[in-house]
Amino acid sequence: MSENAASQGRVRIGIDVGGTFTDVALETGDGRLETSKVPTTPRAPERGVMNGVRLALEKAGISVNAVLSVIHGTTLATNALIERRGARTALVCTRGFRDTLRLAYENRYDQYDIWLNKPEPLVPRHLTWPVTERMDVTGTPLLELDETSVLELAGKIRNEGIESVAIGLLHAYANPRHEERVRELLLGECPGVSITLSSEACPEVREYERLTTTVCNAYVRPLMARYLAALAAELAGAGISGPLLLMTSGGSICSLETAVSFPVRLVESGPSAGAVLAARVAGRRGEPRVLSYDMGGTTAKICLIDDARPQTARIFEIARAARFMKGSGMTVRLPVIEMIEIGAGGGSIAGVDGLGRISVGPRSAGSEPGPSCYARGGTDATVTDADLVLGRLEAEGFAGGSMTLDADAARHAIRQDIADPLSMDVMAGALGMSEVVDENMASAAQVHAVERGKVLRQCTMIAFGGAGPLHACRMAEKLGIRRVVIPLHPGVGSAVGMLRAPVAFEVVRSLYMTLATFDPAVVAGIYSSMAEEASTIVRQGAGDVSLEERRSCFMRYLGQGHEIEVPVSGGTIDDGEGKVLQAAYDREYARQYSRSVPGMDVEILGWKLVVAAPLPDDPETEMTVTSDQGAGSPRRLVVDLATGEMVDVPVFSRGSLVPGAVFGGPCVITEGQTTTVVTASFHGRIDCHGYIVLEARETTPS
Amino acid sequence: MTDALERIHLQIMWDRLISVVEEQAQTLMRAAFSPIVRESGDISAGIFDLEGRMMVQAVTGTPGHINTMAASVHHLIRHFPPDEARPGDLWMTNDPWIGAGHLNDFVLVKPCFLDGRVVGLNACTSHLADIGGRSFGPDAADVHEEGMFIPPVKLIDGGTINHTLMTLLRANSRVPVQNEGDLYALIACCEVGEERLGDMMREFALTSLAGLSDHIINTSRDATRARLRSWPSGTWSNEMMVDGYEFEIRIAASLTIADGALAIDFSGSSPASRYGINCPLTYSQAYTVFGLKCVIAPDIPNNAGALEPFVVLAPEGSIMNATKPAPVVMRHIVGQLLPDAALGCLHRARPGSVPAEGTSVLWDLPLRGGFGIYHSSGQTRFALEMVHNGGTGARPSSDGLDATAFPSGVIGTQVELAESVAPLIVWRRELRPDSGGAGCHRGGHGQIIEVGSSENATLQLAAALDRITYPPRGREGGHDGARGILCLASGRPLNGKGEQDIPPNETLRMETPGGGGYGDPATRDPALIDADLKSGLVTPAAAERDYGYRQESAST
Repeated sequence: MSENAASQGRVRIGIDVGGTFTDVALETGDGRLETSKVPTTPRAPERGVMNGVRLALEKAGISVNAVLSVIHGTTLATNALIERRGARTALVCTRGFRDTLRLAYENRYDQYDIWLNKPEPLVPRHLTWPVTERMDVTGTPLLELDETSVLELAGKIRNEGIESVAIGLLHAYANPRHEERVRELLLGECPGVSITLSSEACPEVREYERLTTTVCNAYVRPLMARYLAALAAELAGAGISGPLLLMTSGGSICSLETAVSFPVRLVESGPSAGAVLAARVAGRRGEPRVLSYDMGGTTAKICLIDDARPQTARIFEIARAARFMKGSGMTVRLPVIEMIEIGAGGGSIAGVDGLGRISVGPRSAGSEPGPSCYARGGTDATVTDADLVLGRLEAEGFAGGSMTLDADAARHAIRQDIADPLSMDVMAGALGMSEVVDENMASAAQVHAVERGKVLRQCTMIAFGGAGPLHACRMAEKLGIRRVVIPLHPGVGSAVGMLRAPVAFEVVRSLYMTLATFDPAVVAGIYSSMAEEASTIVRQGAGDVSLEERRSCFMRYLGQGHEIEVPVSGGTIDDGEGKVLQAAYDREYARQYSRSVPGMDVEILGWKLVVAAPLPDDPETEMTVTSDQGAGSPRRLVVDLATGEMVDVPVFSRGSLVPGAVFGGPCVITEGQTTTVVTASFHGRIDCHGYIVLEARETTPS
Repeated sequence: MTDALERIHLQIMWDRLISVVEEQAQTLMRAAFSPIVRESGDISAGIFDLEGRMMVQAVTGTPGHINTMAASVHHLIRHFPPDEARPGDLWMTNDPWIGAGHLNDFVLVKPCFLDGRVVGLNACTSHLADIGGRSFGPDAADVHEEGMFIPPVKLIDGGTINHTLMTLLRANSRVPVQNEGDLYALIACCEVGEERLGDMMREFALTSLAGLSDHIINTSRDATRARLRSWPSGTWSNEMMVDGYEFEIRIAASLTIADGALAIDFSGSSPASRYGINCPLTYSQAYTVFGLKCVIAPDIPNNAGALEPFVVLAPEGSIMNATKPAPVVMRHIVGQLLPDAALGCLHRARPGSVPAEGTSVLWDLPLRGGFGIYHSSGQTRFALEMVHNGGTGARPSSDGLDATAFPSGVIGTQVELAESVAPLIVWRRELRPDSGGAGCHRGGHGQIIEVGSSENATLQLAAALDRITYPPRGREGGHDGARGILCLASGRPLNGKGEQDIPPNETLRMETPGGGGYGDPATRDPALIDADLKSGLVTPAAAERDYGYRQESAST
């Protein structure tokens, strides 16, 4: 393959380190995409990364010199928080407020469970150290900082072997002076210690979330700093001189420096990259309303995307104790692509509950030992076992041909765990499992959409992940969704998504005011300091390019609980802005809740600024559309859900389907890392981007 | 195969119905105004068959509404027979004896139509912030002093909203705009429910809910009965004293399990109070069954079948069955203690099956400033309810939870947010050492909160707290949890109930109760005592007194 000069300088590499596999996507400037999948090396993840990078470069026939940049997403920070493998961390707090982390929301995450335990705070009480000081809500000191109470802590830091200190004082978002002074005093005494300030990690009102964010950051910071330094050294050693950039939970990428300071922002970077991919696919196809559906081995992730922009949120729960149960984790406040994660993946384990109902997940067989059909010692009945029995997967050629599945083992597991207890045959058991997992996912998506005021039946589904294309059509049927799109390389969606993310940074500051007391000068002042902070950070990663600023604020009716995000004008903020915000708030409120409430004062809790570099070019090219009829093809038996009978359907190889090819369901489309199952109610074609586009037939055949 | 497919379909339809009702609940939560609704989910939503049997109830919601709503629908269809309903009808009441126990809770019921025929009902309940009267606080003499009373009425008649009623509701509230917002949220909830129920029935080609309803209700009833059969048969009783208002309250309970059914009778309990801490029977039933279900059948979905095997009785005129026109607005203060009373009976039936007593009642501080005689004093006018909790009871095999809501599901107030919206300074909010009852497993700790005015102004408190005289009791040799304390920082005690002023320059101090301990403290794992000493939540003096434990080396 020739390396033309134009493309050579524009090779970018996306790397997604997951729990089991490290996925690499390499893209040249002329739109050629090469992928590799290698085992993750948990003890030194940089080794696996280098293995994957070398393999991808080799497959593409490209030398290391051509690599412009490497974009990296990792679950390392998340895993350290889940497995409690972070640094020995202490918390410095305001006297009288030693138990903020433990008090949390004072609630139980499961109403009916009187036996549950809540997760222990990352910093135990004996390492939570009060100092005498107090700011009020406006940032005015009620009590000055007692410096001797701070200096006493230096000895404790040494005696307790503390590596990292979180400093979280009340109302520090309104005035960071005391936190900064504590840092100065402690660094004077203990120069090597890592310090995170709440006024920097999360300058927002609500002490529980701010302190949790600060403590999580402090907890993973030494570990992440070591890992990122090691990876940067390995890349440099291998001759890759371009910058290492990091994927964040907010769907943007940041510089190595920012990542080392705020590693908590790297959690959930894999799933957010998947949503970025879906957003770009939505943009290319001009799909205004999209449901992104990413189903892998352990979980399914669902994200709503309007006008090619994923929904974002400011709150996220890390390390849910009861897997996936809302409220059982640690709530941090940071920019995230908002998605729900359901314990439904290929490895999800099925059983029969006390009411004689089939249950699926959230327990997962993972990849070790994996589903029964992997024949690696697993004996549980999993979704992948059901998909095999139902004919959706073929025993030969699974996972790019690296594995042959054992159908007898799958049947045996389903008979034992599902079919026999319910006195049904194996086929019915498998069908029941499949229907239940699809219903679980559909129901979670539906409730999520309602919470956000969205109507799913108006959406296009973009499906990817190893198991997404297998279940997409049935999910769409249940949700009344009439179009499903399967992008290119759906099996390594997150690694590809990293190549599509912009360099950006989001800051939020809490500054309380009501519209009645709106003060433009104060708002202008806060935006100018936020812009300075964010631009500096973005330029570290993006260099000297023109930057886009997006301002918004969080507003609610006086005393209401949920804020809604409302755009703030760019440029100069003047006296008229209060009226502009009122009108924008009324509009947005009416859009979300179908009415506004005239005469109620509106309060503003926080101000947000996103500074972003331009989106990277998307070198995927449009292809010529021919009128190929998708000439079939071998055939195979796949279940018909309505009757439970196996029917003979054509099997297409995705590589053989060119743009313009049309085909009707039921059929199956196979490719390296996944299979698309087209049900009878859909027909499909390949569009000019090479995507599979499935449309619901006018009337569903009975 | 056909039979198997049919069974799978029934399960999928049941799952879908649960999803529909959860959508209803989310619609209500999203659009609601009342802070307690949004922050604590003080709502419920359900779908019913034409006989008024509850088929599904949203998981999002509060125990106080668990089966009050199931009963409300039966009342309402007696007033408005479904076969006479017209499309676009919507029925409503806030009658505490039909609804959820006080006038703030509004119940709406909507007949659902599919292709012109009524096929089912849906209902929802939510707490409106203010319906006039004396406002929150237990001091009214009867229910009529507690606000506007609305018997079952048609809020919407064939698609036409009753504007006269809406006008009256606005005029009788201190926060008319919020109330109207909450009512529209309830209406939206019912409308979404009807639409989604129709979608679901079309997708599965159903013309009636009867078959599905039988399946859900029979399956759940059979499973609940099977659970009850695994318990010993017999009758067990329990007594509990709590603070009350003008007199201390005796809660006497006698619980019988026989042949897959459970009956609990509160005969022998105190009579109704002259203050608004009384429970309508429907509310007593709700909390009692919730507590029992947590132990006996927590995983069986709530519906008419799952609730049917539980019967709750209380003599008319007792505080658990106060009759109209008794004042009831703060009925939670007694209702939330009923699970402890019921679980005490279960403990006798099967020792080791339930936790020790916990704080159980909310420790909330409804604070106001600038109202009434302070109206023209120049201080900021505000009203804020700071919501907090004490410790829960120790479990037979683990410690209780520190400062955690049970049986209610409220969310604690964050200090910075409270100070953002009200002229208050919270000087302290942290756990209360030595408050969890000692035991082999220790009760959860309470917390200490100190709060004052940031303007040096008078604060008005409407207290409704309990477990100040009578603490949560331990079990099996476990010690009682610490009593709650309500006082001024200067030392003067305050009453647990009623309106009181916090003078300028004073700070209010509240110490919430600790949960009861479980088992003999002498049997506690020394490693756990060490951990408690290290955290500072048990002091060396208490360790020696309660556990006979002396630390090897003083490391603190």
